[in-house]
Amino acid sequence: MKPDVSSSGPPLVELQGISKRYGDLLANDGIDLAIEPGEIHALLGENGAGKSTLVKILYGVIEPSAGEIRWEGRPVSIGSPVEARNLGLGMVFQHFSLFDELTVAENIAVALSGEWSLSTVRSKLGDISRTYGLALDADRAVWTLSAGERQRIEIVRCLLQNPRLLILDEPTSVLTPQEAEHLFATLDRLSADGCSILYISHKLEEVRRLCRRATILRGGRVVATIDPRAKSAREIAALMVGNEVGEVRTDAPHRVQGEVLRVSRLSIPPAGLHGQALRDIDLVARAGEVVGIAGVAGNGQSELFAALSGERPAERADVVVIAGKPVGTVGIDARRRLGAAFVPEERLGHAAAPTHRLSENTLISHASAEVSRSGFILVNAARRLARSIIQGFDVRTPEGDPQARKLSGGNLQKFVIGREIIRRPKLIIVDQPTWGVDAGAARLIRQALVDLARAGSAVVVVSQDLDELFEVADRMAVIHQGQLSPLKPVSEWTREAIGLEMLGVAQGQGGVHAL
Amino acid sequence: MRFELTPRASVSPVMRALAPVAAFVTAFLIAGFVIWLMGRSPVAAFDVYVLQPLSDPWSLQELAVKATPLALIAIGLSYCFRANLWNIGAEGQYVIGAVLGSWLALRTHGTEAGAWVLPLMLILGVVGGALYGLIPAFLKTRFGVNEILTSLMLVYVAQLILDYLVRGPWRDPKGFNFPQSVTFDPSATLHPVLEGGRVHYGALFALVAVLLTAVILGRTLFGYRLKLTGDAPRAARFAGFSAKATTMAVFAISGGLAGLAGISEVSGQIGQLQPSISPGYGFTAITVAFLGRLNPIGILIAALVVALTFIGGESAQILLKLPLDLTQAFQGILLLCVLAADALVSYRIRFVTRGGGK
Amino acid sequence: MTTFEAILLTIVTASTPLLIAALGELVTERSGVLNLGVEGMMAMGAACSFAAAVTFDSTLLGVAAGMLAGVLMAALFALVVLGFAANQVGSGLALTIFGLGLSGLVGAPFVGARRDPIAHIDIPVLSDIPVIGRLFFEQDLFVYGSMALTILIALYLTRTRSGLTLRSIGENHTSANALGLPVWRVRFWAILFGGACSGLAGAYLALVYTRFWSPGMTAGRGWIALALVVFAAWRPGWLLVGAYIFGAATVLQLHAQAAQFGVPPQVLSAVPYLATILALLLLSLRRGRAVGAPGSLGVPFVPDR
Repeated sequence: MKPDVSSSGPPLVELQGISKRYGDLLANDGIDLAIEPGEIHALLGENGAGKSTLVKILYGVIEPSAGEIRWEGRPVSIGSPVEARNLGLGMVFQHFSLFDELTVAENIAVALSGEWSLSTVRSKLGDISRTYGLALDADRAVWTLSAGERQRIEIVRCLLQNPRLLILDEPTSVLTPQEAEHLFATLDRLSADGCSILYISHKLEEVRRLCRRATILRGGRVVATIDPRAKSAREIAALMVGNEVGEVRTDAPHRVQGEVLRVSRLSIPPAGLHGQALRDIDLVARAGEVVGIAGVAGNGQSELFAALSGERPAERADVVVIAGKPVGTVGIDARRRLGAAFVPEERLGHAAAPTHRLSENTLISHASAEVSRSGFILVNAARRLARSIIQGFDVRTPEGDPQARKLSGGNLQKFVIGREIIRRPKLIIVDQPTWGVDAGAARLIRQALVDLARAGSAVVVVSQDLDELFEVADRMAVIHQGQLSPLKPVSEWTREAIGLEMLGVAQGQGGVHAL
Repeated sequence: MRFELTPRASVSPVMRALAPVAAFVTAFLIAGFVIWLMGRSPVAAFDVYVLQPLSDPWSLQELAVKATPLALIAIGLSYCFRANLWNIGAEGQYVIGAVLGSWLALRTHGTEAGAWVLPLMLILGVVGGALYGLIPAFLKTRFGVNEILTSLMLVYVAQLILDYLVRGPWRDPKGFNFPQSVTFDPSATLHPVLEGGRVHYGALFALVAVLLTAVILGRTLFGYRLKLTGDAPRAARFAGFSAKATTMAVFAISGGLAGLAGISEVSGQIGQLQPSISPGYGFTAITVAFLGRLNPIGILIAALVVALTFIGGESAQILLKLPLDLTQAFQGILLLCVLAADALVSYRIRFVTRGGGK
Repeated sequence: MTTFEAILLTIVTASTPLLIAALGELVTERSGVLNLGVEGMMAMGAACSFAAAVTFDSTLLGVAAGMLAGVLMAALFALVVLGFAANQVGSGLALTIFGLGLSGLVGAPFVGARRDPIAHIDIPVLSDIPVIGRLFFEQDLFVYGSMALTILIALYLTRTRSGLTLRSIGENHTSANALGLPVWRVRFWAILFGGACSGLAGAYLALVYTRFWSPGMTAGRGWIALALVVFAAWRPGWLLVGAYIFGAATVLQLHAQAAQFGVPPQVLSAVPYLATILALLLLSLRRGRAVGAPGSLGVPFVPDR
């Protein structure tokens, strides 16, 4: 094999021809990637492009089917995360690997190798916190912390191992714009100290802010390695998505009519130990408009969804009014009968039963409609309904009537949204409509929601994706720690104003919500 | 060494059907090994346990008799298990059903009460079992108490209730102080299906329960509700199915069927109350339910197969001096094998010897 | 020795097996595995220990055999729930059914045999304190051992690295696996430890508590131990309290039966079982939901590989 002859020495890490096969699916297909010492290298790609698979291979969580990893020019085999850490890799996962019931110090200690005691962990935590501006209270239980603070634990865990390469997987997806800027400053400082960073994202702006080199993945392959500052956002997007994705058309005639949903002074105590309470929520959605609700994950979105859908009824009936009927205390079934439809955040397990066929899954929201009669299931009607959803919403299925789990995220999301839209609801409430789906499916879903509103339904979209809300919403509010900001037309919002609301430091909010 | 499990992309129906068979064979091999360890011939044991009962008309009838309570209880349990609820107190519900039904038999004993006695006894049996089954369900839905432990504890309580009654107020005064009730009148006796045969009408109840359940689970919204509650509880709530109502319903159904099994056994088979009215049918039925893959037809077959081990166990005790406990041990191993085989159907398992890095 | 003292002494004897078995199950559950086979492992522990003790006329060998039986049973359970990721509730039940049956086979030849009482260890001076002296300082080795074990497990869980790893794995096995913690291995050992404790508890029942063997002699104690773990909210200290409350309930109902208050003996016999239900109910009333249960308890672990 030819020795590496570059004058600045070998790259810190080099992947050569990495492939990973899951059954028929080739998640990674011959990927080459090199990261120099001290470099912040971006790994860009749409959902499903193979980014997560690749970093899990690099971090020893999964085994590659083929290919080689070189560390400072030496071939290495990384059989487990422990081996990865011993080499000098640190990883901050998109879904944190934290233990809710344990304290911050315990969470950090459990990930450390070598000898330690809780008091040394505490003092080291203090040092790191000061150096990199990562404030953390060592004795708090993790479940009491915000997403931003949780992420800091993950970063501190890595930094305590003195990593040579830090991997961050979609780190800003749970942060407010201000928290994200804080994170970027920390990463700049780390890079200046000589630590390499592999930064995984599908957000172009932050990659252009942070990185000089970006490797773009599409369909499990490397399509280009570029300098993100030298290309326009449109060019990069085209590389990520392949054929250019059109914009959602919102120019159809737009007539806002009467109220379909009115929420007034809705307060709900937290469900269980770690839940978020809802406090005095006011919200109105009218026929013909899309109402957006922005916010960082874990600020009461799922609680709000449960209260609006009736999965968790409120104490009083008049706090939620759908189509003129007070329904605060009744269940989801009665609300559906009034013409409301709901799409929860979790596709598998909440919106759909993973091991059930699509035709069976139609029963979940159509049970009182045309697919059953006097308690008996009309099997053929359910199959026909599933077929019309599949055709009407471009759901790609491996077979005629597959189990829900066999569909890709985007296709299943199209199915569960289509299952509700096909009922022509007067009101639809959707939690994170395009979370983790590919660009094509996301566009189709957004278009379908906008079209539904233009056809005279009220649409409420809860989302963490600001770009999405600016694209589809007519009016918008921000949820923070169970409180909702005033609802304003999208044109009156700026990203900065939203960011401040997400942090709960917006002007006047205290006055509005004071008792 | 370690294991690696990978979910199978698709599961063939053949494999699904073969898994319980493979589990059964494995359990037999293990039992044979135990018998060999005890210094007996596994071949002779197989002959006594399986071949002889199957080649003897008397034993074949006995098979149906023993399979009846097993099938009834296991069918009921399949409602619970499908909804992922763990009623392991069927033995207690069986006992209470038998007690409540027998109360009428004892009250009408020696009177000229007519044909209404038996149907009412059966209804009381169902009601008794259902009510007793509703106790853990109520504690779970109202207070969040784990149903596994409460339903099991109630088994011991039920057995003590029965014990108290047959030694105390319900003891036959002319029974030479034996702890047993009077023998039921003909009007309180569940008769054989065929004149002179041993198979009583309870077997028909079991068949009806199997067919009804097949329709309910496969074709009705209620059946779908159970499946959804078990497979994806959040989706069930999203569908508008109240978890509490589901819990109460399945415990009432399984308790009721266990109670029916209990009163049928007492009035059709034993003919009186005594301290022990079950060789552990309520627990064995758990094995039957899983061996039958929670499918009604499967359960019917499994009940017959497991009934064989009871009959074989009895004759092995007489012919080979093998203790009856061997049957219970076999049933435990069988359940373990069935659950492991279920996992093998869903996952591909590799044994990996540690290689490469540490 | 007064009757009162005698009753107190039997309470200690009745509580110790509950405590030992529950401690083992607590460690297993803190690692995220629910083993409902305690009753079966205890039964096997009782039968094997008694058989070995009679055969070799050695209490020590009896205890060793009881623990070994518990460990082997637990290993079988571990194979099924870890290796095959089978349903833990069902597998635990199966283990109980299997253990109750097999213990009958093992113990059958020893019905009617008796063992002598084992030595009590008298701690000088302290044992002369009235009432509590004999209660706390003139007990057999197992009693002291069970107390020490409670403290050791409490310290292990809160103060050691390995204890922290075990708790983390029980709390969230997906996170633990992502961090590279050995989920499979830790759970394997935790299950075996639970088995050893159940076996030891069974041995204590047969060799110290009754000193004979009879079929079904565990009489639901394994299940009560399981309930105690819930009752104690997965904390060793509370386990000690709970075990002694239940031990007391068991002994007092026996004495009440002997005293013939005119209450049917069956009613009194039902006391431990009803008390278990009542304890679980009160606990739920107080806390609303099962606080303290490890997050991954009872969930099969299938790594994403």
